[in-house]
Amino acid sequence: MRVLLVDDEEELVVTLAERLSFRDVDAKWATAGEDAVVLTEQEPFDVVVLDVKMPHLNGIQLKKKLERIRPEMKFVFLTGHGSEEDFRIGSAEADHYLVKPIDIETLVATLKEVVGS
Amino acid sequence: MKQPFTSDGRAGVRGRLEGRSQSDLPVESRRYSLNLRRMWQLTALLMIIVSVGPLTVMTAIDYRVTEASAESEILLHTSRVVSNTKMAVEFSLVERMAALDFIVEDNSSAELHDCARVGEILENLQASFTGFVDLGVIDSSGRQFCYVGPYDLAGVNYSDQAWFEDVQQVATHVSDVFPGFRRVPHMVIAVRHDLPGGGFDVLRTSVETSLLQNLLSNLEISGEGDAFVINREGILQTSSRRHGGVLESLDLEVPEVAAATRVYETLDPDGVPLIVGYSYIPNTPFILMIVKQKTALMEPWSATRRQLIGLLAASISIIVLVVLGVTSYLVSKIHWADKQRVAALHQTEYTNKMASLGRLGAGVAHEINNPLAIIKEKAGLIKDLFEFSDRYAGDEKLMGIVESILSSVDRCSAITRRLLTFARDTDTEPVAVDLSETITEVLGFMGKEAEYRSIAVVVEIDDDTPVISTNKGRLQQILLNVVNNAFAAVENGGRIEIAAGREGPDRVMIRVTDDGCGMSEAQRARIFEPFFTTKGGRGGVGLGLSITYSLVTELGGTVSVESELGEGTSFQIRLPVAGSRNGGAVR
Repeated sequence: MRVLLVDDEEELVVTLAERLSFRDVDAKWATAGEDAVVLTEQEPFDVVVLDVKMPHLNGIQLKKKLERIRPEMKFVFLTGHGSEEDFRIGSAEADHYLVKPIDIETLVATLKEVVGS
Repeated sequence: MKQPFTSDGRAGVRGRLEGRSQSDLPVESRRYSLNLRRMWQLTALLMIIVSVGPLTVMTAIDYRVTEASAESEILLHTSRVVSNTKMAVEFSLVERMAALDFIVEDNSSAELHDCARVGEILENLQASFTGFVDLGVIDSSGRQFCYVGPYDLAGVNYSDQAWFEDVQQVATHVSDVFPGFRRVPHMVIAVRHDLPGGGFDVLRTSVETSLLQNLLSNLEISGEGDAFVINREGILQTSSRRHGGVLESLDLEVPEVAAATRVYETLDPDGVPLIVGYSYIPNTPFILMIVKQKTALMEPWSATRRQLIGLLAASISIIVLVVLGVTSYLVSKIHWADKQRVAALHQTEYTNKMASLGRLGAGVAHEINNPLAIIKEKAGLIKDLFEFSDRYAGDEKLMGIVESILSSVDRCSAITRRLLTFARDTDTEPVAVDLSETITEVLGFMGKEAEYRSIAVVVEIDDDTPVISTNKGRLQQILLNVVNNAFAAVENGGRIEIAAGREGPDRVMIRVTDDGCGMSEAQRARIFEPFFTTKGGRGGVGLGLSITYSLVTELGGTVSVESELGEGTSFQIRLPVAGSRNGGAVR
């Protein structure tokens, strides 16, 4: 399973990627929407895990761009759940959404579920 | 003594206004924009002045005018009585003087020197007139050469008597009353008869004072009046009921000489006010006096005045009572309206504050969530490294430390999730609310306090409790307020029970019961009023339960309270299953 992690918190995505690698998940990461676009153009991913709130390109905008490049990709939103807007987006726009801080096992299970569906 | 319940009072305005000075008022009361005590005082004072003032002035003017009128009437009446009496007295004397003049003119000097003839004349006089006692003829030397009467006065010489000297000057003389030779008070009327050849005789008669006394005694004089005659030296010529007997000195001053009748006011020796009317009787030494008691004369007027003043006092009392009552009623209405206004402002402030707190909490939670996520992932990575490494996989201590870090992060996560949940529910439309879930969320904020204070919190939710449609943020505020009150009421080690269940087909009831200090009947009656607080300086301004009441009402429910002092308190919140009257559809 190939996963792309996108969050402006580099520490978070780097660590998550490493932890996923321990669980046989091939994870790459990006800290900006533009980098994620480049990576997606270079290779396909099964799932993109991306934060709703990011500078420049937010989660919604980035999802739309990536969908145009790879329509078959699934999306899981990470949300701080800090506002009504986050809640609405997280629950309506993505295939799944998770509230930070996330549990790694829950993430792996979610990824498998999304890919399986 | 712990007494946490709060709200405001609607006690009688006058009680509160009169009983406390501004400085005594609690802090929240000073927030009112109106100085109600001053307003009450000014309104009452002005209304009393404009209503009682003219009434009092008119009564005072009427008092003075009618008093002057009554006095004037009394003086006029007295003057009239004096004049009439004087005419009667004067006529009586003139009548007798005229009779003597007639005798002198009708009889020759020879006849008047005939004592038998004089005797006949006296008989005729006594037959026609009262008062004549005797009759004598005196020659110019003063010797009474002929006397007819009950006394032995023939040959008596009057040459040294004042009246004899006077009759030589004027043709007719009327004497003062005097005892004379006979030692009986009487007066003398003497008429001079000039003889043709020079010289004169004097026809003299004694007249009983009863002549005057009878005239005066028959008078009916109002005001305990007294009519009598004095001479010009102030000696009583007739007896007086109040001022002495015949020939005694009058205890009042002799009035000044006047040609006409006069009336004046004076005081007797005891200070009693008197009305005195008098008239000098011409050609006599007599002064007719009528003395009346002013107080007795004014009594009819005084009685009327007393009735009117009594009526005035009663009117003023009624006016003052009505003014005070109406003023108190109006000011209490203003007070209540002002309180409602301030309470509405506070509720708005409170709602805004809660929304702001919600947004603040959300912001803080969101910001904390990111570093928390990193901590969690880093700790998780450490755990992964240990778990996937043979070297550390069996190190229980290291694994324990990592688990502890992850556990703490999870606790922090739970806190931020609750904050975010509250923030999300602020100012939202009605949603489907699970009471059990909401109560658990609210209690999540109080868990640590309950633990520290060893308070047992028991939650019992009936199985058939329905999901209700309501504003979740409002319901959370309501429960938080009531549960907060319960926590404030119980001692350490106390017990709080929260129960929820269906009540009828379309309502649910949430009951929050504590075994705390409880409330008195008086406190319980005012518990939901704004600004009523029993916390003194230790608590808020007394809006918590007032706002709770408003919020429950807003959700279409009711809230009631049962409490026993020292036993505990139970709040019952009843909410409609289908949402408030103004609620929207469930989202």
